Amino acid sequence: MILIKTNINNMANLDKFREETKEWLDKNCPPSMRSGADPKIPVDEVWGGRNAEYKNPESKLWLDRMGEKGWTMPTVPKEYGGGGLSKDEVKVLNEELFRIGAKQSLLSFGIWMLAPVLLEYGSEEQKKEHLPKIIKGEIRWCQGYSEPGSGSDLASLATKAEDIGEKFLVNGQKVWTSYADKADWIFALVRTGPKEPKHDGISFLLIDMATKGVSTKPITLISGKSPFCETFFDNVEVPKGNLIGELNAGWTIAKKLLQHERAFISNFGLAAGMGSKRDIVSIAKKHLGEENGKINNGFYRSEISSHKIKEHAFGLTLKRAGDEGGKASATASMFKLYGTEHNKKRHELMVAASGINGVAWDGDEFDDNDKNLTRAWLRTKGNSIEGGTSEVQLNVISKRVLGLPSQ
Amino acid sequence: MKLVLSEEEQFLKDTAKNFAEERSPISHFRSLRDNNDRKLWDKDIWSEMVKLGWPGILIPEEFGGSNFGVTGIGVILQECAKTLTPSPLFATGVLGAYAISEFGNDEQKNNYLPKIVNGEITTALAVDETSHHDPYATELIAKKSNSGFTLSGKKIFVIDGASADLLIVLARTSGSKSDSTGLSLFIMDSNQSGIEAKKLDMADSRNYANIYFNDVSVDESSLLGDLETAGETVESILDIGRIAMSAEMLGNAESAFEITLDYLKQRKQFGALIGSFQALQHRAAEMFCEIELTKSSVLAAMRAADENSNELQRLSSLSKTVAGETLHLVSNEAIQMHGGIGVTDEYDIGFFLKRARVTEQIFGSAKYHTERYANLSGF
Repeated sequence: MILIKTNINNMANLDKFREETKEWLDKNCPPSMRSGADPKIPVDEVWGGRNAEYKNPESKLWLDRMGEKGWTMPTVPKEYGGGGLSKDEVKVLNEELFRIGAKQSLLSFGIWMLAPVLLEYGSEEQKKEHLPKIIKGEIRWCQGYSEPGSGSDLASLATKAEDIGEKFLVNGQKVWTSYADKADWIFALVRTGPKEPKHDGISFLLIDMATKGVSTKPITLISGKSPFCETFFDNVEVPKGNLIGELNAGWTIAKKLLQHERAFISNFGLAAGMGSKRDIVSIAKKHLGEENGKINNGFYRSEISSHKIKEHAFGLTLKRAGDEGGKASATASMFKLYGTEHNKKRHELMVAASGINGVAWDGDEFDDNDKNLTRAWLRTKGNSIEGGTSEVQLNVISKRVLGLPSQ
Repeated sequence: MKLVLSEEEQFLKDTAKNFAEERSPISHFRSLRDNNDRKLWDKDIWSEMVKLGWPGILIPEEFGGSNFGVTGIGVILQECAKTLTPSPLFATGVLGAYAISEFGNDEQKNNYLPKIVNGEITTALAVDETSHHDPYATELIAKKSNSGFTLSGKKIFVIDGASADLLIVLARTSGSKSDSTGLSLFIMDSNQSGIEAKKLDMADSRNYANIYFNDVSVDESSLLGDLETAGETVESILDIGRIAMSAEMLGNAESAFEITLDYLKQRKQFGALIGSFQALQHRAAEMFCEIELTKSSVLAAMRAADENSNELQRLSSLSKTVAGETLHLVSNEAIQMHGGIGVTDEYDIGFFLKRARVTEQIFGSAKYHTERYANLSGF
């Protein structure tokens, strides 16, 4: 009986929360941040940070209001600037956001990668210092993992942090730092124990990009765009209080963070596919023609259907993992592997179905959709490399899940 | 739709797992095959399944069943498939039980359902007439007569057709081949005069028959569902069958994979366990992912069936496609990874390959359902 009563109370509370949320969103979500917005208003990709620029002032307003509520990270406790909501309340919040077609208020590596790790390994002081700024979008973070000599073999990294008393002295180079040229702070893996075995000499360090000696240089990709940088550290002095967790215990944190990253990349690939304006069926119908609603080419139609089925099955698997309560790293590896490989395949199919338009690069003879598709297709080639290559994921699955022996 | 099993469903699954491992390990199937048994299933095993209540899982409680749903019977079929357990459970407990519960009139339900529950009768669904699954290609004709109908024609590849007591037959009452209209379902005893079942020898050594109908007279009351509504009703029965068969195929794939994985951890070549070779590890990891996708697809389809979702047809085609492709891959890789012993009759892994290829054809191949999925999705 007590149990039932609690449930009823809980349901009543949730209903109340839904009403309050509705009301708040009604008042606070600006018109251009919901579905049905005027298409002439420019759209921002909101990453926040010290140097953020907004084409539409309502993007900033929406971020500030959501940040103030802590609803960019609704489950984080209020004392760290989060929303302090229960799982059920977050579900309600998401439903209400979805109902009005609200735009995501903040895209952030801080939220997706660093915050979960700070919550688990950070000191009280570190949590109070960094989490509110992540949640409000005041500080934009980037990730300093890979190095020119350490790709898949990440643990061989050489950027060193020497103990010079009050501070660490950091020297070295990171590569593939996403948006390093726009970020305010970097979370980096550095070598603090040069004599220890390679996994046991790594620490997890937070570095302000404004510190003297930090510089960045964009890398132009095959897509013609530059989302990544090289980041250089030249005698950079970092306070010791910026070390997360124990000295030389950074590898554990790094692995944990990679799981968050992998889950994010695979979800992102899938979400991009499902929510994208680029729909493979309409592209195929446009360039190959249609008859009675069917794509007018049996070979493409069959390939597209096979692909759609896989996408559907993958979506169901993400849902199942959620319903099961989310499992450990192996699942993350599977999702990273499958999500990125699938996203590549989807883009290959869209390019092929577009014919010559699928490889348009520039100029007025092609429309933006075609040119953007070409760039997007080239960008997907990196998906199965960044955050651990597909081959590395296969290794993780064979060893950790299937228990196959090492050589 | 929650994609996790309920406690009761998990309990059924565990019961079925124990049953399959203890009462019908793969050696049980092997001995039926070697003895060239006509039924190719064992009546003692079947009576035990009846005692456990399995044939009544899709049958309403008023007729003695437990009305436990497609997910319930699905997880049982999945577990039984892991040891290749042959039984009438699919043709009787899924196809017959569902068809009569859903579309039978009161008399038919009262007459047949309790007998299915207590194991008195087994059933078979006779649909196909062509080498590729195609219910609308039906030409077997049911002509109106004074007392009812006269059936003439031939049905092929009828599951359990060599032993079933009761036949559910898709027949044409008007129109011509390939029309989705003009089709009706009839239900009749298999020992009716004019019916002749010729047992088929298939690669998987299970019970199938071609059934000949030579002017078989049935009366009006043998219509299952209304006249000329079978274009839809048979699709609904088939979808439940496809989903249940997908669950079986998932069990097959899981088991073949597990056996193979064990082998990779035991067999040594070049002084090392072959499971340490990356060339095999990566292929094993890929199979693992495909099986995970299949689990989700099958579970979603079973749930859709139980919730009567409007996604049921699409999820049925989805699960049959994904299960078909996964089982195809796993059954091939299982043989290859076993090396020489994989192609010997003495070793069990070959059974999975043969069973795989037959189940892939049952009620539509992956190709058939990929096309159907496209049709249902509007492209």
